[in-house]
Amino acid sequence: MLETGDILETIRMVDDQNLDVRTITLSLSLLDCISSSGRETEKKVYDKIMRRAGKLVETGEKLSGELGIPIVNKRISVTPVSMIGSPSGDYVGLAKVLDRAAKETGVDFIGGYSALVHKAMTDAERDFMASVPEAISCTDKVCSSINVASTRSGINMDAVAMTGRIVKELAERTADRGAIGCAKFVVFANAVEDNPFMAGAFTGLGEGEATVNVGVSGPGVVAAALKNCKGKDLTEIADVIKRTAFKITRAGQLVGSKAAEMLGAKFGIVDLSLAPTPAIGDSVAEILEVMGLSSVGGHGTTAALALLNDAVKKGGVMASGMVGGLSGAFIPVSEDAGMIRAARSGKLTLPKLEAMTAVCSVGLDMIAVPGDTTAETISAIIADECAIGVVNGKTTAVRLIPVPGGKVGDEVDFGGLLGSAPVMPVSDVDSSEFVRRGGIIPAPLHSLKN
Amino acid sequence: MKAIVTVLGKDKVGIIADVATIMKEYGVNICDISQTLMQEYFTMIMLVDLSAATVDFAALQKELAARGREIGVDIRIQHQDLFDSMHKI
Repeated sequence: MLETGDILETIRMVDDQNLDVRTITLSLSLLDCISSSGRETEKKVYDKIMRRAGKLVETGEKLSGELGIPIVNKRISVTPVSMIGSPSGDYVGLAKVLDRAAKETGVDFIGGYSALVHKAMTDAERDFMASVPEAISCTDKVCSSINVASTRSGINMDAVAMTGRIVKELAERTADRGAIGCAKFVVFANAVEDNPFMAGAFTGLGEGEATVNVGVSGPGVVAAALKNCKGKDLTEIADVIKRTAFKITRAGQLVGSKAAEMLGAKFGIVDLSLAPTPAIGDSVAEILEVMGLSSVGGHGTTAALALLNDAVKKGGVMASGMVGGLSGAFIPVSEDAGMIRAARSGKLTLPKLEAMTAVCSVGLDMIAVPGDTTAETISAIIADECAIGVVNGKTTAVRLIPVPGGKVGDEVDFGGLLGSAPVMPVSDVDSSEFVRRGGIIPAPLHSLKN
Repeated sequence: MKAIVTVLGKDKVGIIADVATIMKEYGVNICDISQTLMQEYFTMIMLVDLSAATVDFAALQKELAARGREIGVDIRIQHQDLFDSMHKI
């Protein structure tokens, strides 16, 4: 028989500390749906999603009930649409089909309206990228991502320049909905192929036919564990985080392997991410503050985050057969009550967030910026973030929301898990000439590291 | 399939009898049971075997939760796997 204390600990984690499995994401290959006719591709894509993912939501709910742990999101990721749609060129039509399939299966989001252009763009990929604002603004559930840089190939600045313009156009096209389109579009350096989290999930070419990837959560559980560590030094803090991350990850591993079996899919990876929500007690910022910072954003934040991120990985790796995805602590501003508070008070700034992304997953995420921020400035922010990812050999990402008409200090509310955010200031230095040069920032040396 | 039943709430007469009656009614075997009382707060944990159960898991879960609401305690049933996974290496 299990120890009573262990059973009650699990129940407390779920009831009081917001322990949940953030997502089970069914990663589907659509490579066998490619056809020269747009209509035929759409039919094959729809049929395949309905056949493979028709029971995803039901499976998630059944598992959640039996195990007694919430599974917050059920999602689908697919092969990048830039590849599936290139013979026909009808990308927006495919986005609409993905949206319809997502709605009919009942999933929360479908990701993969994506392109990988980290070295160069084909003509078809250029057309695809130009279609992103229309595709994302005329659908509800479709998420898009573009990989513009990698450690092996450098930073494609032509693509970076385009993505800045995409972000601006998305904001304008969805201005009547708080620029929600920008929340469904992310720009990556070193994108991973098995990420279960949105907006950046897609099925990489190295993935199989159908795979279940799981994203765990649990910042509230870590914060609660650390609250019992008054007076302990940081070595002990790291140890407590590791032990807590182990338990959280084991729950994800269990849910993922059971879901895969029930869906007739392969179990892929557990993404060891501490994903916050706007709910009180589900905040990564709170963990850093429990460690001893009076507010996230102050000096020491980067060091505390580095400790947290590393300890989560060390604890999680042992708990799971396969670890992958983005794995680390997320720091989305609008989705984390502590981050929102610190940003509102001016204690958390964009430059500090940029520094934080060098030591954690994933990047400048869900940050509202003034509506008059130019496409070139957004591209320059993306380029900076790519440089951090490329040089450090890690994934970085940018998901910015230039709120139309928004000024510093205004609040924007995206609703649900996307939360709300104060509009944060960006530098007014003009970087447009740098961005307009285009070309490639070459890949960094992999020796002479300093 | 084995599951863990937990009952949390204010102590009163007949809680165990209530839960055990439901288990008997649906052919659920009680393998182990432990109970603690801290001040007036009642905690009971039961390991049950559902292999001969005459009811499906979701229906039993509903019935237990409803009975819990009637007598003012929180009764839940969860698959044993979650606890094993989280607390055993």
